[in-house]
Amino acid sequence: MLHVLGRQTLQVISGFGDFAIFTGASFRSITHARRLPRRIFRAVYEQGTRCLPVILIVGSFTGLVLGLQGYYVLNRFGSEGLLGALVSLSLVREMAPVLAALMLVGQAGSALAAELGIQRNSEQIVALETMGVSSHGYLVAPRVLAALVVFPLQTALFVAVGLWGGSLSGSLLLGVQPGIYWSSVEEAVGAADVRECFLKAATFGLLTISLCAYHGFNAHRCRSATGAQAVSASTTLAVVQSSIVVLVADYVITSFLV
Amino acid sequence: MDTAQQDHLLQVKGLHKSFGSHQVLKGVTLDVPSGSIFSVLGPSGAGKSVLLKCLANILHPDAGQIRFDGAPLDPADPLARRAFQRRSSFLFQNNALFDSLTALQNTALPLEQTTDLPDRIIRERSLQALQQLDMEGYGNHYPGQLSGGMQKRLALARAIVTNPELVFFDEPTAGLDPLRRNAVFAMIAQYQRRCGFTALIVTHDVVEALIASDRVALLEQGRICFEGTPAEFSSSSLPVVCGFRDSAAALERSLAEIRSSLPSQ
Repeated sequence: MLHVLGRQTLQVISGFGDFAIFTGASFRSITHARRLPRRIFRAVYEQGTRCLPVILIVGSFTGLVLGLQGYYVLNRFGSEGLLGALVSLSLVREMAPVLAALMLVGQAGSALAAELGIQRNSEQIVALETMGVSSHGYLVAPRVLAALVVFPLQTALFVAVGLWGGSLSGSLLLGVQPGIYWSSVEEAVGAADVRECFLKAATFGLLTISLCAYHGFNAHRCRSATGAQAVSASTTLAVVQSSIVVLVADYVITSFLV
Repeated sequence: MDTAQQDHLLQVKGLHKSFGSHQVLKGVTLDVPSGSIFSVLGPSGAGKSVLLKCLANILHPDAGQIRFDGAPLDPADPLARRAFQRRSSFLFQNNALFDSLTALQNTALPLEQTTDLPDRIIRERSLQALQQLDMEGYGNHYPGQLSGGMQKRLALARAIVTNPELVFFDEPTAGLDPLRRNAVFAMIAQYQRRCGFTALIVTHDVVEALIASDRVALLEQGRICFEGTPAEFSSSSLPVVCGFRDSAAALERSLAEIRSSLPSQ
């Protein structure tokens, strides 16, 4: 029992170390990667366009639900005027960074893990190395750098459509004055809240896209399966671990900033 | 540097490689002359691909020495490794083409990522490489839209676009029918003469390799059992060479015996 626990603990620690080395190698490769801006723009476009519809849909419905729930809770205390503050602070501080990150993991992260896994299986990654091309610099670094841009932008978009959803349910459906709603938003959200929002988004982007790239890149090291099944298992593991990491990192960042 | 070293682009001495307790290469020694087609023959599982990957710096050998163009190649030295990679190319068994890139983009990839050449020059050189491989007009096709033979040619175009001195071929005819096997070896011989690179091929196709190669070596159980010209290989009386050379005939005899032992219907 103790032996098994010890072995698993060591495996987890070694996994953390391996992931840290992988991420470090990706950042180190930036210094000698050629035509990197072009690859970053491409990655920004791919990650951004792939996730745009889902961000718009989830963001607007999150806002709509927050508006409904918030209105009925605030109505008990006669404080409907604070609906904008409730919706905006919920979105900016917690819901937008977390939900947008989870959506991005489900779309861009899973696609990245699967793509790299297939490239590993078909020897495309080894082929890059034989050409003298850094596989980290060509395949991983542009995606990670793009995530540092895309995650905050998508989070901002999530907040915008969420606020619009809150206003729709609060003002149009339940009768809160739009002016009161939007002025409440303006008064409630400060620079520190926006900073926290973007800090969370960028951190989630860095961690999750690196993690998805790590699992795809190392699909050939999957213990439980080989070939196509290894790609599938690595992609699943990447999405599950990334989702957990988002929630854990959210707690850690919040506990430091609150 | 002596004359022998100058004449041999690649020299391998006492190469060992193990995976756990399984020893795959047990002291491989061979010399690959400059500008030649050198084939390493051997049955499946003899360690041919492992040898090629050690020579191409994909795997790190446990012991032994590799000299490229007279200079020792240290796999642990990233600068030496990169310099070697700039002067060599590797053609994979399954071509390893990027299926999301067009033929032209695939060909341009090594130049784009390893040189600071302007885009115009890269495009010109990539088109030239495609033209050399008789693939002009297919630059905008994706690998999935090309036939097996054309994919092989595209992979070769990508391999030669950097003007390498040495090209490694890993089982270039694996899984192909006899006609296509002939075509691939003819293609390698034709473009090797046209472009002037040294070709190191690992294969188990004896007949085609003997016709196309300048020198052959036989790898058996992790050791080089024979090295010489195709004529020397054909006339060798070494039991291991005879066994491998005559394996096709032996297979035919075994099949005939099995057929004769079956009850007639």
